[in-house]
Amino acid sequence: MDRMDRDVVVPGDLVSDDPQKAGEGTYVKDGKVYSLLYGLASSYKDGVRVIPLAGKYVPSVGDTVIGVVDDIVFSNWIINVNSPYGGLLHISEYPKKIDMNEMSKYLRIGSSIMAKVKDVDSTMKVELTLNDRRLGMLKRGRVVEISPTRVPRLIGKGGSMINMLKTELNCNIFVGQNGRIWVDGNDRDMDLALKTILIIEKEAHTTGLTDRISEFLKTEKVARS
Amino acid sequence: MRPIKIEVGVLARADGSCYMEMGNNKVIAAVYGPREVHPRHLQDVTRAIVRFRYNMASFSVEDRKRPGPDRRSHEVSKVSRDSLAPVILTSYFPRSVVDIFVEVLQADAGTRTVGINAASVALADAGIPMTSLISACAAGKAGGHIVLDPMKQEDNFGEADMPLAMTPNGEITLLQMDGDFTVDEFQEALELAKDGCQQVYEIQRKALTDRYSQMKEGDLCGDANPVEEAQAYE
Repeated sequence: MDRMDRDVVVPGDLVSDDPQKAGEGTYVKDGKVYSLLYGLASSYKDGVRVIPLAGKYVPSVGDTVIGVVDDIVFSNWIINVNSPYGGLLHISEYPKKIDMNEMSKYLRIGSSIMAKVKDVDSTMKVELTLNDRRLGMLKRGRVVEISPTRVPRLIGKGGSMINMLKTELNCNIFVGQNGRIWVDGNDRDMDLALKTILIIEKEAHTTGLTDRISEFLKTEKVARS
Repeated sequence: MRPIKIEVGVLARADGSCYMEMGNNKVIAAVYGPREVHPRHLQDVTRAIVRFRYNMASFSVEDRKRPGPDRRSHEVSKVSRDSLAPVILTSYFPRSVVDIFVEVLQADAGTRTVGINAASVALADAGIPMTSLISACAAGKAGGHIVLDPMKQEDNFGEADMPLAMTPNGEITLLQMDGDFTVDEFQEALELAKDGCQQVYEIQRKALTDRYSQMKEGDLCGDANPVEEAQAYE
């Protein structure tokens, strides 16, 4: 017995009789698979997993995130990445060679940055880096925060949702894995972008969302011209 | 068992929350976490710690309760925490804390069981990974009879009170007893309480799954211009 796709489950609910099928958000006990989370059971080719309806962002190597500088200590910037764990950006991970005393000249407390998670150790010490062409301080645009569990829906299968948004909204949009999203465009487009992103967050679990949002945007744009 | 009412997600700021009524008991539970531990010396490098604060509001009882933790609150906090911690996958979140708060707004005996039930739902609402929910119910002896879920008069004038908390599989995480039972009476009370816990579990589960199906209907937009949006989708 496998759970029907998109069934809501609570921790401890049986999701599969086959221990080989245990995916994310599940655990195996006595040869059966149970849910660890309050969420939607989703079956895919090799198994069943549970998509959480809520949860905190846990940094993982390779994630690109949007962070805010909380503090500067010795040769590290302490970065808030909307997680129970703070990120450390070492001075050597800044793309330019700078001195310890000049740190606040480049990134002050409160600055927003787009960074990549370089390493996470077993005690959850998180190291960030800016050493990549596309990373760096956010100078323009706006940042909105949504629940990190909704990020996959905002991106869509193969980027379907996010690419549609970029085209329809005529904005530069970047989605951080930690639930923070940066948009850049003219004021009106950014207003609409933020509004749309919050709608997607609210309805992430419903079907046919990409098409509905596409329709919504077309109507909004017609309404304002 | 007294009638139960559960509402999930009642506090906007908390990561997870639950309002619950069991008879005349009214409690609200809030979960924050996993989040950074302050003071730092309490943190555990390998797992999350679980903190539980049970508190009774001054107005929750007929004779005003002096505000602040007392010996009983400390005891209830500790046993409640111990009833939930075994099912929480703390190893998933080293160096962090899961904070659970239970405020009793109106008390009528059995508040610790209601608190644990509400906290269990709030933990699920917060997305905390658990092996299962925990359900709690008390049994007691009043006027010589074994009763389920005693209310205030039954508890105050009765001969015994026994709160129980367990997983839906029957694994017990809390068992306390206050009073006198013969061995047979104890067995009877235990079976009755276990049955009560199963009933509570069904209600907890339904409250959580129903909330999702309400969301599923997809009311479109929560903000300005609801009329405009509704027309857009007709």
